[in-house]
Amino acid sequence: MRILLPLLLLLGLPVQAATLKVAVAANFKSTLEQVVAAWEAQTGNRVQISAGATGALYTKILHGAPYDLFLAADDLRPAQLVAQGLASEETLSDYAVGVLAFWNPGGLADETTLTHWSSRLAMANPRTAPYGAAAEQAAQHLDILSKLKGKVVRGNNILHTFQYVQSGNAPAGLVSLAQLKAAGIPPQQYWLIPPQWHGSLTQQGVVLNRSAHPEEAGALLEFLLAQNELLSQAGYNIPDDH
Amino acid sequence: MTINPADLEALWITLKLAAISTALLLLVTPPLAWWLAHSRARWRPVVEALVALPLILPPTVLGFYLLLLFSPLYLPGQWIQALTGTTLAFSFSGLVVGSMIYSLPFVVQPLQSSFATLGRGELEAAATLGMNKWKRFHYVVFPMTRHSFVLAGMLGFAHTLGEFGVVLMIGGNIPGETQVIAIALFEHVEALDYASAHLLAGGLLLISLVLLLFIYVGMDRRKRAWGYW
Repeated sequence: MRILLPLLLLLGLPVQAATLKVAVAANFKSTLEQVVAAWEAQTGNRVQISAGATGALYTKILHGAPYDLFLAADDLRPAQLVAQGLASEETLSDYAVGVLAFWNPGGLADETTLTHWSSRLAMANPRTAPYGAAAEQAAQHLDILSKLKGKVVRGNNILHTFQYVQSGNAPAGLVSLAQLKAAGIPPQQYWLIPPQWHGSLTQQGVVLNRSAHPEEAGALLEFLLAQNELLSQAGYNIPDDH
Repeated sequence: MTINPADLEALWITLKLAAISTALLLLVTPPLAWWLAHSRARWRPVVEALVALPLILPPTVLGFYLLLLFSPLYLPGQWIQALTGTTLAFSFSGLVVGSMIYSLPFVVQPLQSSFATLGRGELEAAATLGMNKWKRFHYVVFPMTRHSFVLAGMLGFAHTLGEFGVVLMIGGNIPGETQVIAIALFEHVEALDYASAHLLAGGLLLISLVLLLFIYVGMDRRKRAWGYW
């Protein structure tokens, strides 16, 4: 009994801690994992991360996917969820600003190289992934889209796009700076696309109304908003209002 | 409600992919099916298991391995590049290779089971008449197992129509080259274009149903005619 009692007490513990389900845009997954590790250690709550294209996650949420927190790669879908009454307006906040980069592992990475690019180029799908839309706008800005017709290979999301280049199947691609940093890619292999060439890559997060643990989900979002240093190390710009 | 040109193109690519992959499979796999049906080699179950693998392996896993296989960073991909001057990833030929692996068991298994039930008597009689291997296949085996070739072809074709995971991984979603109907459909759903999605999904459902009806009606007739399949 003397041994059993503490064990029984331990069994009771997990009841107090919540398990949160977070839907996160594919590009932010590795960064979120770091943030979550710290938060779990601090609060004892558990977090399950589901990563995917923002558009795909949004569709799932519309159809009742059981997530507590949605961290999108854009600032459209979370607001749409609020408008549809599926997410709480007061928690809607910008948590990071993404940076698009031209990654050319086999050669020079600069504006001239990209402007004269004539082989395959990997991008995310502009219809479903915000980084894909930004990549397409950047390509339009350089007026290289018509030249690259049939040569643009589109990953379903930005992780997928990164894989195309990493596996060597596409010689170069437009990916996110955060991925390059997470994979330890040397800076001479990539060039940061000027942000004015494309629409905003502001990433918004929001707590979903169907969450069973709205307080914990809100707390996790607040915790994330305070991680400026971690975010900039991970390859994100910090939103203006932080 | 009209189907847009890009979707029509995706439909065409899908049909072309299914037709070419199935035709190639029907040409290439009969010897393998024959060997599986008649060999007593100890490692035959190993080959059989390998052939059946695409039935249970998630297609994305298959696609991922193909992506590595096609990559010019590794040896197989380098050979392909040296031979053809291009890489197989993101190309229609690459999709054909992927689909052939993906649909392999659907073509091999019907052939194998009909080869296995084939009587020895007719083949031995043909051999005594001096027919060589090819003639025996042409005059004896094929006429007796023709129905299983039709079934294998239809199953392979139908299975390739619905291919998604492999194409998602190795296709690169290039309109007119690697964008098949399942990918176009997925994209419409994710982009919330439900009208186009419904149109495509409905079309795919109808084609698949008609194809399967053909297969089952054909099977039924044969059973009634000869009492066995």
